[in-house]
Amino acid sequence: MSASVLYDHPGPRARIRNRVLSVVFGLLLVAGLYGIYRAFDSTQQWTWQKWQPFFETVTVNGQTANFWTDYAWPGLLGTLQAAATAMLLALAFGLVFSVARLSEHRWIRVPAGVVVEFFRAVPVLLMIFFLSFGGFWVFGTLIPPFWSVVIGLTLYNGSVLAEAFRAGIRAVPRGQSEAAYSLGLTKGQVMRMILIPQAARSMLPVIVSQLVVVLKDTALGYIVSYPELMLEGSKGYAVFTNAVPTFMVLALIYIVINGLLTLVAHLLERRANRLGVTTPATKAAAATTTTGLSTGGGA
Amino acid sequence: MDVFLDPANRQAYLEGFLTILKLTGASALLALLLGVLLAACRVSPVPVLRALGAGWVHLFRNTPLTLIILFCFFGLYSAVGVEFSEDIHVNNYWLAVTGLSAYTAAFVCEAIRSGINTVPVGQAEAARALGLSFSQNLRLIILPQALRSVVAPLGSILIALTKNATIAGVIGVAEASSAMKALIESNGDQTIAIFAVFALTFVALLVPVGYAFSALANRLVVRR
Repeated sequence: MSASVLYDHPGPRARIRNRVLSVVFGLLLVAGLYGIYRAFDSTQQWTWQKWQPFFETVTVNGQTANFWTDYAWPGLLGTLQAAATAMLLALAFGLVFSVARLSEHRWIRVPAGVVVEFFRAVPVLLMIFFLSFGGFWVFGTLIPPFWSVVIGLTLYNGSVLAEAFRAGIRAVPRGQSEAAYSLGLTKGQVMRMILIPQAARSMLPVIVSQLVVVLKDTALGYIVSYPELMLEGSKGYAVFTNAVPTFMVLALIYIVINGLLTLVAHLLERRANRLGVTTPATKAAAATTTTGLSTGGGA
Repeated sequence: MDVFLDPANRQAYLEGFLTILKLTGASALLALLLGVLLAACRVSPVPVLRALGAGWVHLFRNTPLTLIILFCFFGLYSAVGVEFSEDIHVNNYWLAVTGLSAYTAAFVCEAIRSGINTVPVGQAEAARALGLSFSQNLRLIILPQALRSVVAPLGSILIALTKNATIAGVIGVAEASSAMKALIESNGDQTIAIFAVFALTFVALLVPVGYAFSALANRLVVRR
């Protein structure tokens, strides 16, 4: 149902009323934004000195630094590296565990289910702390922050993806696997050649939106000193003493990247709908998992 | 397991989880209220309100929670001087609640909006034919049906919020993950036991919540 069904196509009176309401709420909104502007202004957050680092190289206390080349770019690389590694590992983890949970053997299915449920319920930060601070005691070697973050993200997002894939595989119409079995394909062949390719296509939008969750969660690296965008940015504002402007710019960078990813997810979804790779069942599966997915982000 | 025989450590563990529950409780309430309001904005006939709802969702859904909570501390508190209490612990708690609520409200809004989309067009049409206004339509017809169909997604949002509450540790709120970190740092030889206790407490808290919400969702579902 589209929102417009909630109210009639506006007639002359409703148009006037909507215009009046628009103006009233518009003024309130502007007043609110102005209030925020003033609050920041009264503490000198808009001064050129605080925003200059985003436009040119500046020298502070004899130290010459450029926000973009010295902080944002290396940080962004760290963020993208961690996100890409974690996503690839999470895809593999998700694939293995979704198939394991669909196994006919109880001794595979049940442990796989326990693992997936466990990692979905434990906060990512808890796992990262365990690896970072307890890694030495458990594995006899210090785990670098990069791997704490990547492993933590992999275990959580892999478990979420495992559930999404499982729903996707189960949503492939039964006739597909029945036809494959009647052609004499083995269980492994049916899974590999028939079910997973079809499930993967309908799950593609879910995978891309999970990428947003992974990308945002790499910011947890800040807490264990993994040099990603958030940490590098904070090193930047320590030099430039411009915390508030830096937070705004960092948020903008995240919003642009995630906005692009969300756009790709929507385009893939539309393409999937057009090509008819989704059936109502796969769509329901994708929908139930997406709501869990897009909110399940640790950060 | 002897680390938990020390009453001080047990106290740290209990306080950590109590703080998680307190953060979750306050943020869940605020996020639900704000989220419903934002959802109403997003479907309203007034373009300015629709833009406000959409703007909020895009801003908070695409920003890492770590950044939002850090901003609450370094931006709202340190730079702008927003202060909830003289007591630094109480103040940090409310700053974290502010960040968590603003972030979670975006997800609540989207869940409710998609719930509104599941209500058949005929319902709104019938209501309009009876002469109900937009707000009556929304309040009496659409939202009661929509809220029933969003019980399951709201459940996953609540679970995510509980886990996200651990990030409040970044501004010094003494929640469970900080407590675990401190215990591991002073009792490294018992790392596995400490992690197991903390992780299983989360499992014990959240798995029943998940089941309860899906049972509730099944009971409340509008059968059509």
